[in-house]
Amino acid sequence: MSPDTKPILSVHKLVKRFGGFVALDGLSFHAAPGEVLGLVGPNGSGKTTAINVISGLYAPDGGEVAFDGASIGGVASHKLVHRGINRTFQVPKPFMSLTVRENVRVALAYGHIGGAPPALDALLDEYRLASVADRPAADLNSAQQKMLDLVRALATRPRLLLLDELAAGLNPAELDWIAERIKQLAAGGMSIIVVEHLMGFIEHITDRVIVLNAGREIFEGKLAAAVKEPQVIEVFLGGEHAA
Amino acid sequence: MPNAVKHVLFILVPLIAVFAVLPGLYQNHLLLFNFVTFLILAQGVNIIYGFTGYLPFGYVGFFGAGAYGFAVLVMHYQSPALVAVLAAGLVGVLLGLLLTPLLRLSGAYFAIANLAASLAVLHLVANPALEGITKGPYGVSLTGTFNPSHAYYAALVVLTLTVGGVVFLKNSSFGLALQAVREDSVSASMAGVNVVKMRIAAWLASALVAGLAGGIYAWYVSVFYPDNVFSGEFSIFAIVFALFGGVATISGPIIGVLILYGVYNLIGFTTPQYFQLIYGLLIMGLVLFLPAGLVSLATRRGWHVP
Repeated sequence: MSPDTKPILSVHKLVKRFGGFVALDGLSFHAAPGEVLGLVGPNGSGKTTAINVISGLYAPDGGEVAFDGASIGGVASHKLVHRGINRTFQVPKPFMSLTVRENVRVALAYGHIGGAPPALDALLDEYRLASVADRPAADLNSAQQKMLDLVRALATRPRLLLLDELAAGLNPAELDWIAERIKQLAAGGMSIIVVEHLMGFIEHITDRVIVLNAGREIFEGKLAAAVKEPQVIEVFLGGEHAA
Repeated sequence: MPNAVKHVLFILVPLIAVFAVLPGLYQNHLLLFNFVTFLILAQGVNIIYGFTGYLPFGYVGFFGAGAYGFAVLVMHYQSPALVAVLAAGLVGVLLGLLLTPLLRLSGAYFAIANLAASLAVLHLVANPALEGITKGPYGVSLTGTFNPSHAYYAALVVLTLTVGGVVFLKNSSFGLALQAVREDSVSASMAGVNVVKMRIAAWLASALVAGLAGGIYAWYVSVFYPDNVFSGEFSIFAIVFALFGGVATISGPIIGVLILYGVYNLIGFTTPQYFQLIYGLLIMGLVLFLPAGLVSLATRRGWHVP
């Protein structure tokens, strides 16, 4: 897994405000194809906001997001999906009254332009949804709904995949299993950005992490190095531990 | 056999066949025409509410605008009835386009804004200052085009197209994407669906249906006042019929119209007090026990209802 040198995504001095609150305050980082990048930081540090801006849910108030070298700040989500960006949600958002199969069919029909779509049944099988394929999404448990979010994203053949707390709520066996799947996706050339609070999981799957605090990056590198950084310790544990 | 073919053969064809032969067997043609009109309107509500979740409380606005579109063409341009009916559909679509900003609202806010919009159109049409164009509050008389049996068969054609449209929605990825937008618009956009475009398409389709129905209604009755064709009863009945049967299905709104409008005509005129009592109880029971309509009796058991 050797990350390509040319980034597929570069975020430069990104700013996002909600009224008087500055959620992103000049955030900069990049992600390369085949790389798993972790976004970590305390609650409210801007991780999910960053993902929401990159996936087109919010337009940025300043700075630039470039995908494949083209600026994508403020471009509508469905257009970004067609260019090759997709995501999962912290609280999974399937189409509740539709069956699992129908959920994925929407993404297969509308989510990508050109090229053969991935096989629906193989995808469901791979993410352990085959046995519930004809049940409404509302009947699934939360781990299954997360997998459905992921399968719906994968059905659009993304080249950049944003995973917002995919691992939260999974049991240890499921964690190992999904970690392997994520690594395999990256090995296939996909660029994956993971927002996560489980540090063991982050260490296991990421090549690199960005530590965020108050809307900007304070560290970039291996997680093992991050935990030795005084500024990171201060943000996570409080000032008295940093010395 | 693909599902779409089954739906056409076992729902659309029998429905149209029955209403095509009934005028020969049953004398009250106005009643049959009203049934067809409500079948069209209930399916129009189904398209916008069932598939996208917008509850059109002012749905009659399109119907009344269509009726007056028909009247203006016949009165001022001596158009043939069929041309005027097409123009009525166009008027519905244009009003729909004008009202697309309402789609920014959701839930009760949309319903109220849509109701207000339909009242605004009523008062525009009924304004005495526009007497030269719409005859204002004094009503129109279109004796030149009067031909109830042609109007009835035109209504059947529109019903065919409308139910056919719902069959398409029920069996296509377009209809599936509309339902995805209704369920979660953010997720739908992450599935690559252009949410705004889909909502507008469904909105204009249901406006077209009501506009055509309004034009044919004007053709059929030929004498009417603004209060007749903008009566809130059209919206309420169409919504209640669709909900009673069950929306986002093909058969639900049909079942709803046949049962509820049937009950209305059995006892609504002879014993209106019992009718209102029974109607009230039916609707309360529906909301309390079957919020997803009669068809949910079957879907709850895991049976598929087209």
